[in-house]
Amino acid sequence: MELLIASAVGVLTAAGIYMVLRLRTFPVIIGTSLLSYAVNVFLFASGRLAMDAPPVLRDGAERYTDPLPQALVLTAIVISFGMTAVVVIIALGSWLSADDDLVDRPAEPRETAQ
Amino acid sequence: MSHWIITPVVLPAMLAAILVLMVREHIVVQRALSMAGALALTVISAGLFWQASDGTITLYQLGNWPAPFGIVLVADRLSTLMLLLTTVLAPLVLLYAMGSGWDLRGRHFHPLFQFQLMGILGAFLTGDAFNLFVFFEVLLIASYGLMIHSGGRQRLRAGTQYVLYNLLGSTLFLFALGTIYAQTGTLNMADLAGRVAELDPAASAGIRVAAVLLLMVFAIKAAVLPLHFWLPDSYAHAPAPVAALFAIMTKVGAYGIIRVYTLVFPPDLEITQGLFDVWLMPAALLTLALGMIGVLGAARIDRLVAFSVIGSMGLLLASVSLFTPEGIAAALYYAIHSTLATAALFLLVDQIRDGRGAAGPMLVHGRPIAGGALIAGMFFVAAIAMTGLPPLSGFLGKLLILDAALSSPLVWWVWAVVLSGSLVAVVGFSRAGSLIFWKAHQEGPDIGEADPQTEPEVEDETVQPDSTKGPVAPRPVTPMVAIGGLIALLVALTVLAGPVNRALTATAAQLFAPAPYIELVLTTPGKKIKDDTHGDEASSHDTGAEVEAETGEDH
Repeated sequence: MELLIASAVGVLTAAGIYMVLRLRTFPVIIGTSLLSYAVNVFLFASGRLAMDAPPVLRDGAERYTDPLPQALVLTAIVISFGMTAVVVIIALGSWLSADDDLVDRPAEPRETAQ
Repeated sequence: MSHWIITPVVLPAMLAAILVLMVREHIVVQRALSMAGALALTVISAGLFWQASDGTITLYQLGNWPAPFGIVLVADRLSTLMLLLTTVLAPLVLLYAMGSGWDLRGRHFHPLFQFQLMGILGAFLTGDAFNLFVFFEVLLIASYGLMIHSGGRQRLRAGTQYVLYNLLGSTLFLFALGTIYAQTGTLNMADLAGRVAELDPAASAGIRVAAVLLLMVFAIKAAVLPLHFWLPDSYAHAPAPVAALFAIMTKVGAYGIIRVYTLVFPPDLEITQGLFDVWLMPAALLTLALGMIGVLGAARIDRLVAFSVIGSMGLLLASVSLFTPEGIAAALYYAIHSTLATAALFLLVDQIRDGRGAAGPMLVHGRPIAGGALIAGMFFVAAIAMTGLPPLSGFLGKLLILDAALSSPLVWWVWAVVLSGSLVAVVGFSRAGSLIFWKAHQEGPDIGEADPQTEPEVEDETVQPDSTKGPVAPRPVTPMVAIGGLIALLVALTVLAGPVNRALTATAAQLFAPAPYIELVLTTPGKKIKDDTHGDEASSHDTGAEVEAETGEDH
């Protein structure tokens, strides 16, 4: 279980970073999504992993899983989902107005002082 | 429990909702409400500042849940100072946006502005690390909208970069918070302070990673050297009032560093030794050098100012990374100064850009600006302040920082970089100023238009069509009033340097004695939580508290 989660976080992060370093907006956005999945899994695991345990404290409960990371993950999911939507729209706008989807700016025609 | 502390968060949030849902078609009502809101925030912040000015720390427990289970807002000297700075800046920026018509060049300027204020003020007030993340996201998502306000090819391109960069920053923030939670089991900053101090230095790899990750997150916001790439393009291409408001955004990063690294990871903590003198200080000095070199090398006036922001952040963080009370006090003085000076410069750049027709922001010979004497005078004053020449507050701030650096082993490095950086900045600003204001008069009015090579290809789509040809109708007065207000504040900061500095020294002293803060946050009773068998295990948080509530407490 630990190995599975850890390698999932690692693989997702590595793939995300690789994609983020691409030149065009589409792969970069995919990359940020992968990174946000990685961070969600990571947050989820930050309260220690407990199998088949309820997240809520009850009188007499023998074991439970920490409910807080689950709340944090929910917040993080909502925020990263919203942010991804925003970046898709802005990237679309940039693509439509500039006719290319490169992330970095083309070299500006450099006007130097005469 | 007084509810005033939460008004800086709730008021802009409600106002933004009203603006976007009810009065979206009525720009006059929007302007009136937006300005009224901003002014009300100024008054409230001044009240909170006054309340905290005798050293009292005020706590607000959301939903009356006690820390560390509930989220708390804490108003101490530092928080209220930053609050006041933001809310003094906001009405002036808003005034400029209205006077220059920027708020009409796209939709939803005012709601986004209010959301931005909500995020910034919330980030200054919160006493909870995860809540800090949430407020960062609020201010970022509003800034994304403001950044691309009124659109245009260059701006959208710069906006895409800005958003992507900050998205990565947010991911890093979450990784940092996850690591902190895994190591300590809490995210309340006061609670964290106690638990981090109890950690065994021998087994502290996790928390050290978290401390560095968190520092990187704040360094991204504060545009420290290897992480500054987002700033020049974003600030240069953002609409002028937005760039002026963004002047406070870099300070949010600096605030984060000051708050977290005095409270949670204090300078004498063994496990984070070396973080500042070995890493942050050199990075800050390099940032300062890079910013000043950028000022000298910039081909456009807006990029020049953006680089001067980087330089000033470098100076500010160099002072912060001394981590002495004197260093922090000097950094705070410089933060106030540089926020006001940068805002004034960005607004002036907008006036220059609009007034020069085809030459726009390029640093080339253009035609003289109509009504240029006033703008030139203001640019002169603001540039003096920004570069830190006497007699204005930039000089005093720099002097305080140099003085504070005397106790550091790196003192010669600090002095050398700061002083030569100032020289370079003076050269850069005087070159820009003389090209724009003096050479224009010498070389005749229309060189900018006559030379096709200097004509920027549709550089700024937002330049009013009538301002691109022919000498111009008289400029509206309101934008100049706004800029004048910022410059008047700079002068006031200079004249009142003594009292201001005393207040800031007290602020720094409070930061270096965090025990009352921690005690207040952790011992103030709130709603009673039922003791159950595992009660002590649940070091919990907002929703954690709600879960607790479901187990049998009434709300």
